Amino acid sequence: MRNVWIICRKELRSYFVSPIAYFLLAVFAIVFGYFFWNGVSAFVFVGMESQMRGEGFPMNINEFLIRNLFLNVSVIGLFLIPMMTMRLFAEEKRSGTIELLATSPVRDFEIILGKWLAAVILYAEMLLLTAVNFLWLFKYGNPDWKPLAIGYLGLLLQAGALLAIGTFISTLTRNQIIAGAGTFGVCLLLWVLGWVGEYQYTTWSRVISYLSVPLHFEAFLKGVLYTKDVVFLVSLIFLGLFLTARSLESLRWRS
Amino acid sequence: MITVKQLTKRYARNTAVDHISFEVSKGQIVGFLGPNGAGKTTTMRMLTCFMPPTSGTATVAGFDVLDKPLEVRRHIGYLPETPPLYPEMRTTEYLTFVGKIKGLRGPELTKRVEYVLGRCAIADVKDKVLGKLSKGYRQRVGLAQAIIHNPDVLILDEPTAGLDPKQINETRDLIKGLAGDHTIILSTHILPEVEQTCQQVIIINKGKLVATDSVSNLQYRARGAGSVLIEVAGRMGALDASAVQRRLEQVAGVSRVILKDTRDNRLVFEVESERDHVVRGDLARAVVEAGWNLNELRSAAVSLEEVFLQLTNSDAANSQADQAAPAELEAVASKVQE
Repeated sequence: MRNVWIICRKELRSYFVSPIAYFLLAVFAIVFGYFFWNGVSAFVFVGMESQMRGEGFPMNINEFLIRNLFLNVSVIGLFLIPMMTMRLFAEEKRSGTIELLATSPVRDFEIILGKWLAAVILYAEMLLLTAVNFLWLFKYGNPDWKPLAIGYLGLLLQAGALLAIGTFISTLTRNQIIAGAGTFGVCLLLWVLGWVGEYQYTTWSRVISYLSVPLHFEAFLKGVLYTKDVVFLVSLIFLGLFLTARSLESLRWRS
Repeated sequence: MITVKQLTKRYARNTAVDHISFEVSKGQIVGFLGPNGAGKTTTMRMLTCFMPPTSGTATVAGFDVLDKPLEVRRHIGYLPETPPLYPEMRTTEYLTFVGKIKGLRGPELTKRVEYVLGRCAIADVKDKVLGKLSKGYRQRVGLAQAIIHNPDVLILDEPTAGLDPKQINETRDLIKGLAGDHTIILSTHILPEVEQTCQQVIIINKGKLVATDSVSNLQYRARGAGSVLIEVAGRMGALDASAVQRRLEQVAGVSRVILKDTRDNRLVFEVESERDHVVRGDLARAVVEAGWNLNELRSAAVSLEEVFLQLTNSDAANSQADQAAPAELEAVASKVQE
């Protein structure tokens, strides 16, 4: 387990020693900042309007603002996640440093877990930026913190799953761009698999649409924690990491 | 320290390493020699547990590469063909990271990092970013990471490739200096390197073992008792070359005399004799008794290069290595380099 942490710290350092991490965080901060400002303004506008009409419209800040913002965060994540995972293994394969890791007394799963964990931590740091914005809501309003926490859990689990898939795809190539584009494609597909279920009601279409990631994220947004959703996303994480391990092993046999 | 038995690596279409067996004892420097694509890197990768063998076994420091890969890796330091450096890291930071994943902790780690910085003469770049180091420094940092956990066995894949002559010498000296504490296998296709650094040599070609022996033995066996260079000078005036040649040919045991060189009144002949027949004394006496001066009489040394070319070029090299080796060497014995 110690090795996992050593690898993880090394990955985090290389995120932050290059401009990658700062760039991703800055892009995210700007985009999310705009969404947040826009959301709050709309909320305030609707609130003032309903007051002027004299309808004491019951407005819930969690329902009207935070839920939408979380949905936006998950969509932005769809774009940024490939950039977080694309270099994890592709870069090591290209520069030959994979030989150092693979001939050191560390197990494959420790390498994989360390790298994946570093990506998850980077994503979590991104979420931390959203928390800075949300703190203002607590200062000037009184949002419920419980659905907020569940929303964060959902975002982390969802990102964990997509990052695991990205880690796997990164082992398939030594080209970062291919790894990134491939990850984006797969993540996007997982996003829209739900479409199939909208017009067809066969068993297959139901199975396929069940694999859609946002479907299992919806409940988190509402602050509801379903075991099936947690199980689905955690299984996806395991699947991604398992495929990564297999891929690394086959690399040993082939290369 | 290293035992390899019938080690084989097969890919979909070709066999990279074909049933090779050898042993390396503790504290030796072994040269792993072969043309490009002979299977050197593949063999090394199997020894370092980077990839598993298709069949056969290898044990390093008493641990089997298939059963106990983690133990093997703990006892091996490996420098791949391109040093595995993270370009964005600084030297000390990199060595600390490698030390950690090799299992070093705390004060011991700091001590080892300090030690390898000095040992590999990279202390002056310890705060530099690796991506900006020159080729020679990169190679030495690569060597430093290989020895950081004080491994019993060092495996170096072409450690001097791409360096300038000065750097090559420095690297060689460094490797030689490491030999006492570590058992070293280094691969190369540069022959003088083997002659200068290694005690033992393993020659492979097209995945097969061609010869394994000590460097001096290999040279000796290749030379046979065979060829002698002899320089004869007339005491006054020029000599009649054919007369001298005829006289030398009459010496018992001599099979062939070739005139190699004529300088002023001196003649240089290469004398081939039947194997294991000591003819030098007779040659000397023949020359002196004929009234000529004997300027020089020495063995025509065969360089490892000649042995190597003979071994790796001939088709017979494809037959089973262990039986083939002595026959091959005899074939070489009849050929002598200038």
